Amino acid sequence: MPALGKNIVFLLGGAVLLMLAPAFISSKFYIDVLTLIFFTAYLGQSWNILGGYAGQFSFGGVMFFGTGAYASSILLTTFGIPPIIGIFFAIIAGAILGLIVGYMSFRSGLKGSYFALITLAFAELLRVLANSVEFTGGGVGLFLTYAPGLSNLQFNTPTGFYYFSLLLLFISIVIALWLERSRFGAQLVAIRENEDAAEALGINTLRCKIYAIMIMGAMGGAAGTFYAQKYLYLDPPIAYSIHLSVEMLLVTIVGGMGTVFGPLIGAFVLHIVNEIARHFIDTPGLSLIVYGFILIVIISYLPNGLMGLFKKRMKQTDATSLDKLKSDEGGRDA
Amino acid sequence: MLNVAGVTKRFGGLTAVSSVDLNVEQGEIVSLIGPNGAGKTTLFAMVAGFLRCDEGSVNFDNTAINVMKPHQISKLGMVRTFQITQPFAGLTTLENIMVGAYSNTNDSKLAQEKAENVAETVGMTSLLSLGADSLTVAGRKRLELARALATSPKLLLLDEVMAGLNPTEIDEIVAVIKGIRDTGVTIFLIEHVMKAVMNLSDRTYVLNDGKLIASGTPSTVAEDPQVIEAYLGHGAAEAMVAKS
Repeated sequence: MPALGKNIVFLLGGAVLLMLAPAFISSKFYIDVLTLIFFTAYLGQSWNILGGYAGQFSFGGVMFFGTGAYASSILLTTFGIPPIIGIFFAIIAGAILGLIVGYMSFRSGLKGSYFALITLAFAELLRVLANSVEFTGGGVGLFLTYAPGLSNLQFNTPTGFYYFSLLLLFISIVIALWLERSRFGAQLVAIRENEDAAEALGINTLRCKIYAIMIMGAMGGAAGTFYAQKYLYLDPPIAYSIHLSVEMLLVTIVGGMGTVFGPLIGAFVLHIVNEIARHFIDTPGLSLIVYGFILIVIISYLPNGLMGLFKKRMKQTDATSLDKLKSDEGGRDA
Repeated sequence: MLNVAGVTKRFGGLTAVSSVDLNVEQGEIVSLIGPNGAGKTTLFAMVAGFLRCDEGSVNFDNTAINVMKPHQISKLGMVRTFQITQPFAGLTTLENIMVGAYSNTNDSKLAQEKAENVAETVGMTSLLSLGADSLTVAGRKRLELARALATSPKLLLLDEVMAGLNPTEIDEIVAVIKGIRDTGVTIFLIEHVMKAVMNLSDRTYVLNDGKLIASGTPSTVAEDPQVIEAYLGHGAAEAMVAKS
């Protein structure tokens, strides 16, 4: 807790640095890579709230993203509601979906791999549903028109989207920092560590888990609008792709679950590894193998993710100061 | 304060607890003893809302609680500890106790203050920054106690907090429990360690094969032939009488 002041300095310093970055990076490609990193880190953070803090691993996190993307896009194409308003409907849609999925699965006591599977099933169900109903455009998909402007959340330079993704990232980190310091965060961690004990200490575990999945849903919904306005096309395989569900849990696990900066660090490392592998290896498919190999190494040697490296060092200093404290006390007694 | 009436629990064909009546009054230390498998922990689990009773009722402060969830019962002021300690292993001792303290406050500073006070009561101040997974058995038992105490309960249900402790540690924790009672908290405990029960409790209930077989002050209960038989086997009571 005393590290909070340092955290805020670190956070604001990082934010200023990243805000100034586009002035020094002239390559559109790198700006775009950074945008994607922030976007993945943001989604990873949404997964982290339910998976990392509350310990409920979901395998269908993409369902909130897809539902949010459809919500704002349909509102735009059918009712002409600009995405800057639509994004709030996307957030609400994601949260409501979270409420429904959370209530149904947590109420019946699903946890562990059963919860992971049920979320996967929900995401698949929504994909099939989106394919077969008319208002989503079915398999043809939805085409959004290119009309740059703040009300459309579209920008004519990559820098615009860069700042949009940076804003999302910043919000997600503020949410995680709040969790670290608040009662709600402590309750989620207690549920992760031991649900029976949490219940015995007066924590309404069902309600806390539902709130957590609703926050995840709300965040995912906003990400959907971002994606739709950036790529201007949406169809069921994109909106509800398993790939994205995996990616958001992967960046978090690699970076460090239940940590504020884990998803960001994981997204950074994985994207950069991926880009480097693609750049240097020409044989098709081989870059993916290298990527997979590095993934295996990280996961088997760093069970707490990359953040685990820092934490281990911090714990050691903690232990030494405790020894000192003990010897001080001993001295006083004598 | 706590009133258990005709509580029964069956697991398939086995009746683990059979129409048990008992009560705990404000300010008392009441213990529940009995041989292994007597149904003590099952009874506790029903009182704290972790198991539903098949028959009977449980009232706490004149509220029927046998239909409530554990967290609701905990909010009413009756908090249990676990026989097999259930620490939040990834957290420090302080963070563990703070989870309990958060049940009365939203403010992390207040929760930390409360946790530090409770740690002092149970003698864990020097262990606050240690990870809960690195505590000894005695430390974990204390942590169970501290976490429950941090919720500011009216009634504490302690499930074998002395099991696995050495005599010195037992004396220490007995002193801690007495100290807690002196602050106005009522205590209902399950215990195996007879010496501690004798020292500590105002009244004792004895459970055997799911049925209450005796109740009263610890010394009268200890002389009850049925209790001696339950602990030492059939015929033991007569043997003892014959010997003396």
